[in-house]
Amino acid sequence: MTTTAYAPARTVLRVEIRTAAGWHPVCDLGVLTPGRGVAALLPDGTQAAVFLGRTGDAYAIGNRDPFTGAYVLSRGLVGSAPSPQGSRPFVASPLLKQRFDLATGRCLDDDEVAVPAYQVRIAEVAA
Amino acid sequence: MAPTTTATTAHPPRTIVLVGHGMVGQRFLEALAEHRVTDSARVVVFCEEPRPAYDRMHLTSYFSGTTPDGLSVTPAGFMAEHGIELHVGDPAAAVDRAARTVTSAAGRTVAYDVLVLATGSYPFVPPVPGKDARGCFVYRTIEDVLAIEAYAQGATAGVVVGGGLLGLEAAGALKGLGLRTHIVEFAPRLMPVQVDEGGGAALRRTIGDLGLDVHTGVAGKEIRTDAAGAVAGMELSDGSAVAADLVVFSAGVRPRDGLAREAGLDVGERGGIAVDERCRTSDPAVYAIGECAQAADGRVYGLVAPGYEMAETAAAAIAAGPAPAPPAAPAAVAKTFTGADTSTKLKLLGVGVASFGDALGAADGCLDVVYSDSRAGLYKKLVVDRDGTLLGGVLVGDTDAYGVLRPLTGSVPPVPPEQLVLPPGAGAPAALGPAALPDDAVVCNCHNVTKAAVRGAVADHDCTTVREVEKCTRAGSGCGSCEKVLTALVNDELAARGVAVDTGLCRCFAHTRTELYEIVRVKRISSYVRLLDEHGREEARSGDGCEVCKPAVASILASLAPVIGADGYVLDGEQGALQDTNDHFLANLQRNGSYSVVPRVPGGEITPEKLIVLGEVARDFGLYTKITGGQRVDLFGARVDQLPAIWARLVDAGFESGHAYGKALRTVKSCVGSTWCRYGVQDSVRMAIDLELRYRGLRSPHKLKAAVSGCSRECAEAQSKDFGIIATAAGWNLYVCGNGGATPRHADLLAQDLADDELIRLVDRFLMFYIRTADRLERTSVWLERLEGGLGHLRDVVVGDSLGIAAELEEQMAAHVAHYRDEWAATLADPERLARFVSFVNAPGVPDPSVRFVPERDQVKPDLTLLSGPAIPVRGTLEGAPA
Repeated sequence: MTTTAYAPARTVLRVEIRTAAGWHPVCDLGVLTPGRGVAALLPDGTQAAVFLGRTGDAYAIGNRDPFTGAYVLSRGLVGSAPSPQGSRPFVASPLLKQRFDLATGRCLDDDEVAVPAYQVRIAEVAA
Repeated sequence: MAPTTTATTAHPPRTIVLVGHGMVGQRFLEALAEHRVTDSARVVVFCEEPRPAYDRMHLTSYFSGTTPDGLSVTPAGFMAEHGIELHVGDPAAAVDRAARTVTSAAGRTVAYDVLVLATGSYPFVPPVPGKDARGCFVYRTIEDVLAIEAYAQGATAGVVVGGGLLGLEAAGALKGLGLRTHIVEFAPRLMPVQVDEGGGAALRRTIGDLGLDVHTGVAGKEIRTDAAGAVAGMELSDGSAVAADLVVFSAGVRPRDGLAREAGLDVGERGGIAVDERCRTSDPAVYAIGECAQAADGRVYGLVAPGYEMAETAAAAIAAGPAPAPPAAPAAVAKTFTGADTSTKLKLLGVGVASFGDALGAADGCLDVVYSDSRAGLYKKLVVDRDGTLLGGVLVGDTDAYGVLRPLTGSVPPVPPEQLVLPPGAGAPAALGPAALPDDAVVCNCHNVTKAAVRGAVADHDCTTVREVEKCTRAGSGCGSCEKVLTALVNDELAARGVAVDTGLCRCFAHTRTELYEIVRVKRISSYVRLLDEHGREEARSGDGCEVCKPAVASILASLAPVIGADGYVLDGEQGALQDTNDHFLANLQRNGSYSVVPRVPGGEITPEKLIVLGEVARDFGLYTKITGGQRVDLFGARVDQLPAIWARLVDAGFESGHAYGKALRTVKSCVGSTWCRYGVQDSVRMAIDLELRYRGLRSPHKLKAAVSGCSRECAEAQSKDFGIIATAAGWNLYVCGNGGATPRHADLLAQDLADDELIRLVDRFLMFYIRTADRLERTSVWLERLEGGLGHLRDVVVGDSLGIAAELEEQMAAHVAHYRDEWAATLADPERLARFVSFVNAPGVPDPSVRFVPERDQVKPDLTLLSGPAIPVRGTLEGAPA
């Protein structure tokens, strides 16, 4: 470690999604609003919906609403549903209001339906 | 049961004429409509009074603030809906039975197939010398009440002749007008027909304690008059005299059978048009119902419940067919009226009085069980026979047990009778609940609804509230005395069925929207998270909330923003995360993920220049355009990243947000009004613009639509709006709580002939009261149906300020008006706020490739083939995401 002790490196917190090609940066954490989502374009052209929960956890699922085909899940409202494992965050589609578990992508209102769920991490990187 | 008897099929539609439009007459019309007789028959009604049927039983409530309209029992639009011709202020003057015609006082002659007399009764005025002097009144109609009120100005004392039900009502009215009040009753006790000596004594003590002078066992001998011929006092038969400025005769009623007598119909010896068990008079084409009729049991009933039953009986008989062929008629299905229960419960001068069954103990060998506490003004007597069967009773001072005791009459109660009259805490077991009632017990006497029917409404018709049960069964919609028992029964039944009555907004809040509104207002909470953590359900605290409560709370915060010191701009900070996507992007999400844009066009008035701008913007951005029902233009097909550029052009041209995306005021539609229209009587366009600019941006439990029509032709369709205004020669009529859509509802008239400022004040109050008390996503029409007390209560609050909150509501609206800003202008002015309007957070310049369009009828439509996409991976979790 030869970096100077007097000028610590400036870093930012960055949200990254894991794709087949590895961790893909999406945006700075500060861009996200708790309880709201944004859409991100992945290298293969698919769309992900990225959310921030109230406690600062980030989640990502597919942006396509399987019930309507529209790419809108990132514009839904985030909530949390009680479960045996504690409360689990979900997003409600802005079109027909079906809810999707943010961690698994499973639809809470229809067992037969799910959307992709992505692993997300918050990385501290040099600014 | 349409009249399908073969004998009539070849004939023109029947004409049914009803003479008299009181409570019983109105019930008869409703029963006719229920039997669908009104679908085919012509129905003509003559009504002597200047207003349609109203609640005569609650006449005295006029003095506690109920308006004459608030007493109405005629649903708005009822006559029009069923095609009934109602002539108010035009009594029937003659009946020609040979020609089968009725002629009215105004000279209308109508030929009838069936005539129904519901002429009611008239007040009996004893032949006291001076009874016609100025200052003598009767107590029967709203006009009587208005006349007494006017005359009482400047009077100091009054005499009520008659100490029965109506007399005590009238005495209460005089007392309420601030007069020293005497009650003169010929019988040795008050309410001689209903209560026994002990009950009368308790009643007399309590009423005396209230400051009224009770004279029993005496009659009025002569009315003294002053030099001008006005009432000055009354001499009584015992030689005493009282000073008084007015006299109200309330000494009973007599059946109004004059019209029937002149027509040669049979009448009873002591009056009353004689009818059989189907309510038919001696002429089979003529029926008589209510207080004007002498029933088949030889009695004349002066109560509303038997009147209603007679109305239903007559309507059923008329519906069954015009051919009176008694031998062929299947007796089993025909409804008959052979007599009725005359039980009553009411509050007179604040004192509860009830009597039921054989109250006076007339049956042979019956026994009394009496509890009396003169100090507390309590008197309770039950009449039982030797084997314990309850025959009747009298309750004075505490009538809570009436709801259970009356239905038990005729059976052996499950507990000894003395326990039924002891007050709670006096060694008596817990009060006998409605659970003890047998299933066939009649809970609502007015509409003859049994306990089994109430339970069935919950069990089989999925009613979950008293209000719904009331709608389903009619129980509780008459005199209202069964309300308590009804509530208990409904709750018992819900509990028995395991229905937890959870009125909470959602899984996060156990409070209703109204309660949350009050919490936010009183505690000045401007943060959703704080509200959730402090007032949410235990298990929901510190969670993320849900899609139900977030927008609801966002709406409350926006409505109250000026009051609680929150930011009125709906997208900043935490508030931004609460909004549905429409509010979040200030535009309306459409099925392919694109948005539509609706600029405000106040009152539907727009300049050619602005119209051209709308066209140019739509053309330049490739938007589909459609004219909306609210007199503006909807521009469809904008990508989220196009919204700021579109709005920059619109704001530049002077447009502002139309709030089509919000639960907020949408439009105030108008007709062209007196400026151009040859029929218009007021400038409806100007009023519509004023209202739209005043209430624009107002967040509410659901969207609000309004309209202003410039004359009674109603081209703006104001009566289908949340608030609608129709011009009159003298000003504006205000209608409220209308709706179009899936469940249309005609708006109700709230107030008439208002000046501009009066109109705006009432709309201010109405809207803020709605915002304060409505449920989430509850339109005004549904809200009014649910509102306890209905239109009468709404009018009391909004017009009469019965809750004393009018000033506060007006202040709130003034704050809204003062704090209004255009959301789109504010968004465009702030780069941070604009940052969200991108398709992709990591590729701000890239448009969403899934939002594409194809041509249709010279415009565009969404290309839905792009959305069908690849198969959805079922239960798929990619890349080892946590399960």
